[in-house]
Amino acid sequence: MSITRAIDALASGPKDPAAVDAFLAAHTFPLVEGPAITFVFRGEAEAVNLKHWVYGLPSSQPLARLEGTDLWHLTFELPRGSRVEYKLEVVRGGAGQWFQDPLNQSLARDPFGANSVAHSEGYEVPEWIHPDPEARPGTMEDEHWVDSPTFGRRSVAVYLPARFRRTRRYPLLVVHDGHDYLRYASLGTILDNLIQRLEIPDMIVVLTSSPNRLIEYADDERHARWLTEELVPHLERALPIDARPQTRCLMGASFGAVAALSTAWRYPGFYGRLLLQSGSFAFTDIGDRNHRGPLFDPVVAFMNRLRAQPIPMAERVFVSCGMYESLIYENRSFVPALQSTGMDVRYVEARDGHNWENWRDRLREGLSWLFPGPLLLVYE
Amino acid sequence: MGGLRPPILLVGTQDPRFDLGAAVREAGVRGKVALITAGWQERESEDSELVEDLGGPVVNLRLHERADDVFARDRDLSDAYKKRQRQLRLLNDFYRIRLDHAFEAARAISVRHVDEDLLDEERHVSVEELRHLDRDHLERCVVRQVAFDARWKPAQRPIVAEHRREIAKILASSRAVVLAGGHVASLLNRMKLFGVVDLAAGLPWIAAAGGAMVLTERIFLFHDFPPHGTGIAEVFDVGFGLVKDVVVLPDPRRRIRLDDRQGIARFVQRIAPATCVAMDSGARLWVERGRVVRAFAHRLFQDGTVEPGWTG
Repeated sequence: MSITRAIDALASGPKDPAAVDAFLAAHTFPLVEGPAITFVFRGEAEAVNLKHWVYGLPSSQPLARLEGTDLWHLTFELPRGSRVEYKLEVVRGGAGQWFQDPLNQSLARDPFGANSVAHSEGYEVPEWIHPDPEARPGTMEDEHWVDSPTFGRRSVAVYLPARFRRTRRYPLLVVHDGHDYLRYASLGTILDNLIQRLEIPDMIVVLTSSPNRLIEYADDERHARWLTEELVPHLERALPIDARPQTRCLMGASFGAVAALSTAWRYPGFYGRLLLQSGSFAFTDIGDRNHRGPLFDPVVAFMNRLRAQPIPMAERVFVSCGMYESLIYENRSFVPALQSTGMDVRYVEARDGHNWENWRDRLREGLSWLFPGPLLLVYE
Repeated sequence: MGGLRPPILLVGTQDPRFDLGAAVREAGVRGKVALITAGWQERESEDSELVEDLGGPVVNLRLHERADDVFARDRDLSDAYKKRQRQLRLLNDFYRIRLDHAFEAARAISVRHVDEDLLDEERHVSVEELRHLDRDHLERCVVRQVAFDARWKPAQRPIVAEHRREIAKILASSRAVVLAGGHVASLLNRMKLFGVVDLAAGLPWIAAAGGAMVLTERIFLFHDFPPHGTGIAEVFDVGFGLVKDVVVLPDPRRRIRLDDRQGIARFVQRIAPATCVAMDSGARLWVERGRVVRAFAHRLFQDGTVEPGWTG
């Protein structure tokens, strides 16, 4: 049985402004019909392009003009459970301008602004990312200053769980680009919720941000030393932290995942848990230059060393990556090397891209696997 | 503990509402009851709603608070206790790793397209391996606990003894002990620390959810819907053994995949010959001389079937 798509129905009828008005009023956009997704734009233009970040599809796809109207459209199939960030490029006077889809209120923010978001069938925004009135919020110390020989005076943010007590000892999670996780991946709310639901234990979470992340996160010995010999000892003196590898975790996404991994590699056994999201784990099978450019050179050198001789640096490693990001190849191929060391490795893929909401959506699974909460122990 | 044992009433989950008060009345208890809410940990004293549900006079034994006092004042015991707990947690980690691999092996074998008889035999072997892992883990935990008790003799430490005297006094004027659920490790450890079961000898128990679990011989932790992947039940510790030959699984509606016949069969075979009982809100197990004599609960069977409303 063939299903007539709404855009085809419109195309087969009278193409006047009233029909287009009715079409737009009758649907939400992008329009999801079974596995098909239809993007539309209304307005005068020389061309309209869909710009998205789905590795495997052309990053720019033209919308076609519906003859006799100012409506532009593009339909393709998007696998079930997909989430895609995009912008529209409208070309006028020979110049293209990118902007968010005016027909779509769903936006994902990141440090560069915001993108429109499209979901296929089967994707649901997780309910646990929203503030839960039942969950008592933790407290956030926005500026906790740390003096250190390596980087001088730097500030980190410190999350303490709602029922924090000085007499208890807490696991420590150190988050690279932690302030971005807070802003763009709802980390604070997620911690409150998962703790409330007993899915993770009460924990102290330290958010770090680097003024020069592309250098410091790219297997920089100074960063590893700062974290391990300066920041963590400082935190363990200042806060009631359970100072054992099993209760110590490094986390990061993209270059932040490289920083977490290379720090654990330089201090094997010190961090018992790693949460690595969409790691920029560039490598080469031959030669030392990766196509990604010179910023990746130290990463490539590090990854080549590590891949050649993987070591059990932590006990548990959670790795996630989006299928629609170019790093899927690097991440997929790295997992067997991690597993070969005997470390307990969990690898998860999502139909999503290299973005904060992908990383947000994996936090529940990652954190609760690395730090199982008392859920299994509590029977009310 | 010799002689006749007082009756015990095990009760299902108390979420979303308490029915321990109704259970106390069903048990025919009149007068003051001693309440244990140590499973609620720091919220131990937030018991007003439960006290109201119980109706009559109630004294909370405050075991969690008392344990905090012991650990604050008896540093040697506290340090040794923490060290033991760290060891037990590591043992549990290693047991989990073995359990995960045993499950993976069982799964890998179960998907082979071979003779059904051979698969049946292999399923039996897989269950035996799980039973061995469970048994071995329990034994190793118990060895450490026994060694700890022998070395530190907690009941004889002055601060513990001081609390034990106070607890004994409360229990002497109580008509029953009401045991709420919560965090089973906290509950179990604090009850052990003060030897509450011995102190309460002669009193009836009315115990809900996690409280019911700790009164049995073996405590299994389970959740078929964990936030990550699939859940594998694990044996946690020995309980007080006041209820024999039963494994209690509270809150099945939220925690057990009741339509997973294979999973249920595997678990029930794993704990055999014990009876597997799942206890939702309103469920009851009446126990006399350590044996279930009447029930209103779900019973899970070795063929993976579930009998709702099992009456014992």
